[in-house]
Amino acid sequence: MKAKERDVSLKRKPFKKVMSQIYTDRQLYIMLIPFLLFYALFVYKPMWGLQVAFKDYNIFKGMSGSEWVDFKNFQAVFGNPYFFRILRNTLLISFYSLVFSFPMPIILALLLNEVRNKKFKGTIQTFTYLPYFISAVVVCGMVTSFLSPSTGIVNIILDKLGFDKVYFLSKPQYFRTIFILQAIWQNTGYSSIVYIAALGGIDMELYDAAKVDGCGRWKQMLHVTLPGLLPTIVTLFIINVGNVLNVNYEKIILLYQPATYETADVINSYVYRLGIEQSNYGVSTAMGLFNSAVGFVLVYIANKMSNKINGTGLW
Amino acid sequence: MKTKMKSKRFSEWRSKTLGEKIFTVINVILLSAIGFICLYPIIYILAVSLSGAKYVNMGDVWLLPKGFNLSSYSQIIKRDGIWTAYFNSFFYMIVGTAVSMVLTILGAYPLSKNRLVGNRALNLIVVFTMWFAAGMVPMYLNFKDMNLLDSRLGIIIGFAVNTYNFILLRTYFKSIPDALEEAAKIDGANDFYILLKIYLPLAIPSLATIGLFYAIQHWNSYLWPMILLRSDSKIPLQVVLKKMVVDMSSRLDSMEFGRDTIGYSEDGFIYSTMIMAILPMVIIYPFVQKFFVKGVMIGSVKG
Repeated sequence: MKAKERDVSLKRKPFKKVMSQIYTDRQLYIMLIPFLLFYALFVYKPMWGLQVAFKDYNIFKGMSGSEWVDFKNFQAVFGNPYFFRILRNTLLISFYSLVFSFPMPIILALLLNEVRNKKFKGTIQTFTYLPYFISAVVVCGMVTSFLSPSTGIVNIILDKLGFDKVYFLSKPQYFRTIFILQAIWQNTGYSSIVYIAALGGIDMELYDAAKVDGCGRWKQMLHVTLPGLLPTIVTLFIINVGNVLNVNYEKIILLYQPATYETADVINSYVYRLGIEQSNYGVSTAMGLFNSAVGFVLVYIANKMSNKINGTGLW
Repeated sequence: MKTKMKSKRFSEWRSKTLGEKIFTVINVILLSAIGFICLYPIIYILAVSLSGAKYVNMGDVWLLPKGFNLSSYSQIIKRDGIWTAYFNSFFYMIVGTAVSMVLTILGAYPLSKNRLVGNRALNLIVVFTMWFAAGMVPMYLNFKDMNLLDSRLGIIIGFAVNTYNFILLRTYFKSIPDALEEAAKIDGANDFYILLKIYLPLAIPSLATIGLFYAIQHWNSYLWPMILLRSDSKIPLQVVLKKMVVDMSSRLDSMEFGRDTIGYSEDGFIYSTMIMAILPMVIIYPFVQKFFVKGVMIGSVKG
């Protein structure tokens, strides 16, 4: 009997403690209300709306009034004549980004690391970060007008060199190259910040030791700097692989035109046209859900892997 | 003193091997080229926006303006649609950033306290949204549902908190020692007071960083304002600019260009609007550069 009583009190005490802790921190909970309200209304409520993917959504009947249609919308997604095309374009653009864009900030950071003059280094850093702050509309507007067949600077140069003018943005074969190049221009400097930070963390004694061993600048870079950067490179690479489905579709929408859909249209840009422009809510939601669900799994796996390799993930 | 430094640098240079000298020279040239490439498009549009139409249409402007004039900028003043849009962009940026900051601070401060009951669950709920989002169409239907289509309010509160910025600020709050809070509590201060008078002043570098990120986010946003806003009186500059670029390329591509007579070129007009769209960012940027570099590093070390 006595033992039982003690048991209860043992269980009760933490509960009481918890309640009193909550009471002490009541103001902190009050602070949280508007913040959590935002997440509830604008992030989690749309997730509840994902049920549209399983419904024959009718605007007049609303969310709850529309009829369930099981997986009919998903059948429409996978049976869509463009499904293979948008999936291929999404994966290809991500793949080319990994191959061509991903190494750029690493190279930039390595080059900057070899500069001794602080003023020069700072100036170059300021210049290379700047494009990141320019809006997608201005960047794509610049691309559009620079490549314009009549007055675009690229075509003026081609013309002066004696070549024919080309309307680049209307030719499917150029789209991916253009898209990757503008992304490199805008993001390289900014992405190099992480690597520059990692470079700062490399032990200077390692360099001294390498010098004693007779390593020149090049060998120091190869045997000290690169191994020091490797954990960061691996982590970011894995995260990038996890993000293959998250192409920056805002810029795709800004740059593509019907003539280039063949190589430019990605899953999310198609979802945009299908859902927002054509109001086909059911099928477009299903397609978006497919994209985010597979994307979620990939990011999750990527994060687990980077945790395993480096001991720490990005989150 | 200066000569001493110079001579020191000189002797350092002399002590280098030939290979190192070549490496240094190539490195400087390469980096200068990269810096130039990053800057050139902006220099070019600035030069064209300040040039006379005749030179622009002839393709004679490369680096510096030719036939300097401000007529394309005065065109912006004449078309009042642009001014309305410019004002709207400022409105969304200033009010939007203020709302974003308040919400993010109110979230990041309590959730930086490990003692808070339910802390882990709440943090997970928030961070989960970085991995999984409902997507465009459910979000659009949600705005429609809440009667926030074509509404300024929707633009301002609909995208108020950015989870990445929340993590940056939360991490920063965590790095501030708890002893400060405990001391203030003994003196009888409440949580709001502690946050306002102790934590916020200490977190200024981080606040500047996320403030900049929010300002950029609001100023540069295009897709959702384009989707949500209908009336011309509410649309921001980015949406108008996009329309202008599309109009221009469809007009130019039908080869109906070269109207030298007006004194400004259609290119110059668009470029001057682009310059106006870049300007606020370029002005804020140098002031906060060192903050955001630090902020990004903190975020990358531990989210």
